[in-house]
Amino acid sequence: MFTSPLPWYIAGPLIGLMVPILLIIGNKSFGISSSLRHICASCFPANISFFKYDWKKEIWNLFFVAGIILGGFIAAMYMSNPNPIEISESMQKTFAQYGITDFSGLVPNQIFNWNELLTFKGLSMMILGGFLVGFGTRYAGGCTSGHSIMGLSTLQWPSLIATICFMIGGFISAWFIVPFILN
Amino acid sequence: MISHNNEMRKNDSICTNESQIDHKWYHNLKYTFVGILFGIIFVKAEIISWFRIQEMFRLESFFMYGVIGSAVMIGAISVFLIKKFDIKTIYGEKIIFHPKTFNKGQIIGGLMFGIGWAMTGACPGPLFAQIGTGATVIIITLFSAILGTWVYGLLRDKLPH
Repeated sequence: MFTSPLPWYIAGPLIGLMVPILLIIGNKSFGISSSLRHICASCFPANISFFKYDWKKEIWNLFFVAGIILGGFIAAMYMSNPNPIEISESMQKTFAQYGITDFSGLVPNQIFNWNELLTFKGLSMMILGGFLVGFGTRYAGGCTSGHSIMGLSTLQWPSLIATICFMIGGFISAWFIVPFILN
Repeated sequence: MISHNNEMRKNDSICTNESQIDHKWYHNLKYTFVGILFGIIFVKAEIISWFRIQEMFRLESFFMYGVIGSAVMIGAISVFLIKKFDIKTIYGEKIIFHPKTFNKGQIIGGLMFGIGWAMTGACPGPLFAQIGTGATVIIITLFSAILGTWVYGLLRDKLPH
C-alpha cells in the first residue's frame, strides 16, 4: 500500500486541497510557474522591467518548490513503486516506435539522460521543451497549477481559455511533434 | 517601486502573496512542508511520469483527466466554502482572490506551454519533483525553462498581449 501508486480519485482531491491549504496558511494563491520568474528576478534581473519587483515578498513560492524537490526525493527514496509503471499495450507499441522499451523510470531513461542531451532528440525534448514550458507559462500567465487548478477553482474564464490552449498544444505535440522527434 | 509592483501584478498574474503581514523567514518553512506533501503526491500518483502525460494527450487513459478534474472540483468547493463562510487565514487575515484578466498570451503562450508539456512530460511543478527523484538531467530542462521565462521577460513589450 505504501509503495503502490495512488489512484486518481485520491491524488486529484489531495492536489485540489492545496488550494485552500495555501490560502488558509498565508493568503497564497496556488501556482508554481511563478517560481521561475522569481528565480530570474532574484538571480539575473538584468534591468528588465518584468523582473524588477519585490521578489522577496514572493519568496514563499521558492520555499514551496524546494519542498516539491524534497518530496520527490523522499518518495523516490522511501516509497518508490518496485514495479514498472502500468502502460496499456497500445501505448507500449507507440512507445516502442519511439525506441522506448524501458518503462522503469518516471521519465524514459533511454531519452532523458546526460548522453542524449546534445543529440537532436535530447536537444529537442529537454532543452527546447523546457524553453517552451518556461516561455509559454509566463506568456500565458500561469501553468497547470495557476490556471487549470487555481484559476478554474475560482471560476476565471481566462484560465479556462488558457487550459483549453494547454490541451490543444499538448495534443498537437503528442500526436505530431513528439513522434516526429523520436521516430 | 510600489506602483510599479501593482502595475506588474495587474498585467501579469503572478501567484501572488496577498498577505500584508511581515513574518520572519522561517514562517515560510510551512510552504516547504506543503511542498513536500505535494511532491510526494506527484511521485506516488505518477503524475510526473512522462508516460502518463503521453497517455493523456493520446487519449489512451482517463487517469490524468480524473486527477485534474477531481482536483478542480475539490478546489472549487473549497473556494466556495471560503467565500461563503468568510473563512480567514490562520493569522486572521481576510482571504483575497485575484481576478485574472484575459490577454492573447493565454492563447499563444498556452499553446506554447502545451507543446512543451507533452515534450518534457512535465509542467513546472513536476520538473522540480522529477529532479528530486534523481533524474538529474532534468536540471537542464529546468534551466532551459528559467531561460524561457527570462527571454519572455526580455521580449515582453514586443509580444502581442
